[in-house]
Amino acid sequence: MPEIVFLLNGETVRVGDEPPTRTLLDWLRERRGLTGTKEGCAEGDCGACTVMVTDERGARAMNACILFLPQFHGKAVRTIEGISGPDGQLHPVQDEMIRHNGSQCGFCTPGFVVSMAVAHANGATDWNDQLAGNLCRCTGYAPIVRAARAAADRPVPDWISADIAFSLPEILPGVRGQAAPAGATLAMPGSSDELADWYAAHPDATLIAGATDVGLWVTKQLRALMPVAFLNGCHDLKEIGVTDDGIRIGACVTLSDLRATMAVHHPDFAELIRRYGAVQVRNAATIGGNIANGSPIGDGAPALIALGATLHLRKGDARRDMPLEDFFMDYGRQDRAPGEFVEAVTIPRQPDRLKCYKLSKRFDQDISAICGCFNITVSDGTVTAARIAFGGMAGIPKRATSVETALTGQPWTEAGIAEANAAWDKDFSPMSDMRASAEYRLSAARNMLKRYFLEDTGTGARVMEVQP
Amino acid sequence: MSVASPLPHDAAALHVTGQARYVDDIPVPAGALHLAFGMSTSARAAITGMDLSAVRAAPGVVAVLTAADLPAANDVSPSIHDEPLLATGEVFYHGQPLFLVVAESHLAARKAARLAQVAYDERPAVLSIDDALAADSRFEEGPRLFEKGDAATAIRNAAHVVEGKIEIGGQEHFYLEGQAALALPQEGGDMVVHSSTQHPSEIQHKVADALGLPMNAVRVETRRMGGGFGGKESQGNALAVACAVAARATGCACKMRYDRDDDMTITGKRHDFRITYRAGFDGEGRIAGVAFVQYARCGWAQDLSLPVADRAVLHADNAYHLPNARIESHRLKTHTQSATAFRGFGGPQGMVGIERVMDHIAHHLGLDPLEVRVRNFYAEVSGDGLAGGASAPRDPADRPPESISGKAKQTTPYHMAVEDFVLHAMTEALLESSDYRARRAAVAEWNAANPVLKRGIALTPVKFGISFTLTHLNQAGALVHVYQDGSIHMNHGGTEMGQGLFQKVAQVAAASFGVDLAAVKITATDTGKVPNTSATAASSGSDLNGMAVKTACDTIRARMSAHLAETHQTEPSRVFFENGRVFVDDDVMSFAEAAKSAYEARVSLSATGFYRTPGLAWDRIAGRGRPFFYFAYGAAVTEVVIDTLTGENRILRTDILHDAGASLNPAIDIGQVEGGFVQGAGWLTTEELVWDDTGRLMTHAPSTYKIPACSDRPAVFNVALWDKGRNVEDTIYRSKAVGEPPLMLGISALMALSDAVASCGVAYPALDAPATAERVLTAVQRVRAT
Repeated sequence: MPEIVFLLNGETVRVGDEPPTRTLLDWLRERRGLTGTKEGCAEGDCGACTVMVTDERGARAMNACILFLPQFHGKAVRTIEGISGPDGQLHPVQDEMIRHNGSQCGFCTPGFVVSMAVAHANGATDWNDQLAGNLCRCTGYAPIVRAARAAADRPVPDWISADIAFSLPEILPGVRGQAAPAGATLAMPGSSDELADWYAAHPDATLIAGATDVGLWVTKQLRALMPVAFLNGCHDLKEIGVTDDGIRIGACVTLSDLRATMAVHHPDFAELIRRYGAVQVRNAATIGGNIANGSPIGDGAPALIALGATLHLRKGDARRDMPLEDFFMDYGRQDRAPGEFVEAVTIPRQPDRLKCYKLSKRFDQDISAICGCFNITVSDGTVTAARIAFGGMAGIPKRATSVETALTGQPWTEAGIAEANAAWDKDFSPMSDMRASAEYRLSAARNMLKRYFLEDTGTGARVMEVQP
Repeated sequence: MSVASPLPHDAAALHVTGQARYVDDIPVPAGALHLAFGMSTSARAAITGMDLSAVRAAPGVVAVLTAADLPAANDVSPSIHDEPLLATGEVFYHGQPLFLVVAESHLAARKAARLAQVAYDERPAVLSIDDALAADSRFEEGPRLFEKGDAATAIRNAAHVVEGKIEIGGQEHFYLEGQAALALPQEGGDMVVHSSTQHPSEIQHKVADALGLPMNAVRVETRRMGGGFGGKESQGNALAVACAVAARATGCACKMRYDRDDDMTITGKRHDFRITYRAGFDGEGRIAGVAFVQYARCGWAQDLSLPVADRAVLHADNAYHLPNARIESHRLKTHTQSATAFRGFGGPQGMVGIERVMDHIAHHLGLDPLEVRVRNFYAEVSGDGLAGGASAPRDPADRPPESISGKAKQTTPYHMAVEDFVLHAMTEALLESSDYRARRAAVAEWNAANPVLKRGIALTPVKFGISFTLTHLNQAGALVHVYQDGSIHMNHGGTEMGQGLFQKVAQVAAASFGVDLAAVKITATDTGKVPNTSATAASSGSDLNGMAVKTACDTIRARMSAHLAETHQTEPSRVFFENGRVFVDDDVMSFAEAAKSAYEARVSLSATGFYRTPGLAWDRIAGRGRPFFYFAYGAAVTEVVIDTLTGENRILRTDILHDAGASLNPAIDIGQVEGGFVQGAGWLTTEELVWDDTGRLMTHAPSTYKIPACSDRPAVFNVALWDKGRNVEDTIYRSKAVGEPPLMLGISALMALSDAVASCGVAYPALDAPATAERVLTAVQRVRAT
């Protein structure tokens, strides 16, 4: 492995003798003896392993259990041991957690404290969202939120602001862009061009962007992933370009960054992204990874398809575009050649008519049983265009083309919808699994169209919007 | 005084800084090895071949053990020896451990464990309650029957009758720290085991048996668990025994921790239940008679299923006087994980049954379910309510106990008099603080105005029996040392799993010596210090260990008092321990000076303490007697909203009033109440266990099994302790157990959802649990169809 350099609790560390798919968590616990960071699930769902990761774009909470060491190259990592001050001073969130009885068994506590410290540093006070990626089985969360609230007005300690102020080139000079030697089974390309060259030569490689899915191939499926390329150095893939024609989203744009952009253009997509995964997952996961892995239950694709997005693929120097829905051919099969990768996706600019309805057993950090995204244009009481796409209703993210056709040109009324409802069976024959039954999926999908109509005509239909 | 102070958890500062040490954090000797089980991929089969050559050849593998390689007992059962550590020729559930891999790393062991080639001769698997009934697959010879009066006649003669059925799902513990153990081989074949367990004595016992050693050759230590909830009462046996036999085989320290998916696949969960009911009542909803049939899905091994099913029966009344009751209990054996202890231990399922009946009766009569509940409450005992006391066993003979006034006391279906009932007053107080009546009217208004989103509100009570129903378990021991510098070392048989037991008991010790809490060192539970302990379970931790520690402290204090009385030529009653000082007549000295003086006078400053709960007498076969020392009470009002298009639902507000007696530590007790409610509400809403039709658990990770997240707690969450709370029995400082009872406050969420669904039409919702969005939508459709 090329040498990985990062700051760990304020000290520079260099790692050169580890397998590239060593998780940060295992390395911390087994090699560094830093056992404060816990393994609760090893799949990025419980947050017991949360660490603070800071780079030039700020401080973020991330899950150490499914992220690999090379992903931290050039960053500052702070574990629970580094949340307290160098002389053992308590961070305000630690102090308030004690005062408010925020810990019982204490096992989830380090992860909570780190998430709280990140929120504290960033001035974030939407606690339900900031802590959605940390599970606690003892407290019922109430005292933890009380502690977070109490700490909010206390100043950010110097040792934390030191990380935030940390300027990469000064502290860690020359760590960027490690071009892969020829024939290497590990690449850390510094641009999409470097990636394109290397991947064309290693078409059997696994590309690792956020590792929120690939991480589980290692921790749960126990797969050996060689060769691999880590895309965190491909900064040109992290850009979002907004023009009069479209919003072009680079493949390595994280869900957190996409959410911020979508909050302006398509707020319901932004809310979907909020529920798509908790903070730690959104900070790592990329839109390119969400598309490329072809999951039938990923939440990115239905929204993007409903918005009429175009997918940009690249292999070597060759590029091609396609409507996103055409990329998904069948369960587990995508229209992607060996050595070809997702470079970006573009959403055409349009008036915002998008509504996204995600059904899952739990509101936060849960995989969709069904994700229905509706983009229906109505003019003078008549539907003039409809794009409806679903996750969880077929082996791929799929459009409801029959329903779209049945709606288009019809009056935008309950009667018109009732008529179009006959078309659902033509579009989908979902399966039953541990998330939902086929019958529920179909009847809820139908009702989502009704919900769209009701919301469009001023009737509230979301439990999340009801106040006590 | 330290008792009754709202002090933080003893380890809070260690928790928040990451210094609190769990089993997997303990530094291990060089060369320590790591273990993983190879697991069955069939629910029921004979094993016709097991080729482990690839496992043995895998990188990092040091040894692979099968049942044939075990040195002595192949048994990790906590009850009837029906649970081998490693399968012997047959498998009984998907996930059952078959062989044990010993490797140089956790990852190497896990990887190797998947390389076995196992041939199965599949047998018919009994998976569901219906399968088990069809096959008459059960524990015990037949159903247990508890009866009081003549339920059939009472129901037949009643003006109104409802009948129905509720399916109640199980629950995964999801302790954040998975199961873990570490065995350190000692000289002469002895073994030291660190285990994340609620029951160190049982770990000691099982390890000793597995090694063919007496119990004195095995020492088990447990400093803390990262959550237990009943899931570490018996489920840690396998890991501890595996580590011990592997340590014996290799001579190396051996550690085992389950990966989360393995943990959920291997270990037992809360029992899922089906309860059918038939109730007869008058026009005001007063029950004349009720008949329940409870079906518990126990899984493949007996484990603790009999007492769990017993406790479900013992809570079939909850807070309600049932003049005539018949409760039939089936303990069904299935080829699934062996269901086990889980906070409430069957009580929650039994309670859901009667709360469903109350809800159904109210719906039938068009009454507010609250009115029906209150009308059926046990009568409040008149007078000061302190008449009970630690009395002799109640006569279990068939005659109602008599009160002093001569009026017959109300009895439970198991013929125990209810003498400490406080729910009338608590309910009144909660109705007022939660503004229930006005909010119920507002809910009705909202529902009339909103076609899609419907609200519901419900109050449910809890009356939970405190004591192990296996009477001999109601004992505890303690060991206390006072050192010559006045510092105190405290040890007892209870284990710390987050519930704050150690702090509460340390407060008792500090109070006994009149010293600051900082003078009391809390130490890890250790079978070498206090022997023959019971599991920290049944909410009994503080009651039992608090008393045992107090006894030990009082013994030492009495010796110190006698010594100081002698040196000061006064009476021991003239010696006082307060504020870190000791007062003897007009003299005063520091506690440390007093300790030093006693030491130099050759007075023993070490004592054991022992406690056994008085007054218990229980015949579980006859279903008669006094299984419980007392009852703990609580009540919750929960308001929810549902979406009738998708079934999505959310708790909007919960108000709780809970009776912790005279609380030893209100901060810790409120923490138990808040956490217990959310855990109980999770059980009944989002937490769904799903097995496929081959018996494979499909929800074996947090990605698929959804415990409540931060935003699932009630947006408005008001929790208070009953300020008049005081145990009528002579418990430690008149406090009450608080571990399990609050979980059942979560039933209010299920009943509020039922209320919301009921507003959609005329039929009774008959909402099953967990009330996922799908079940709520199905119930809405059912209610609207008629």
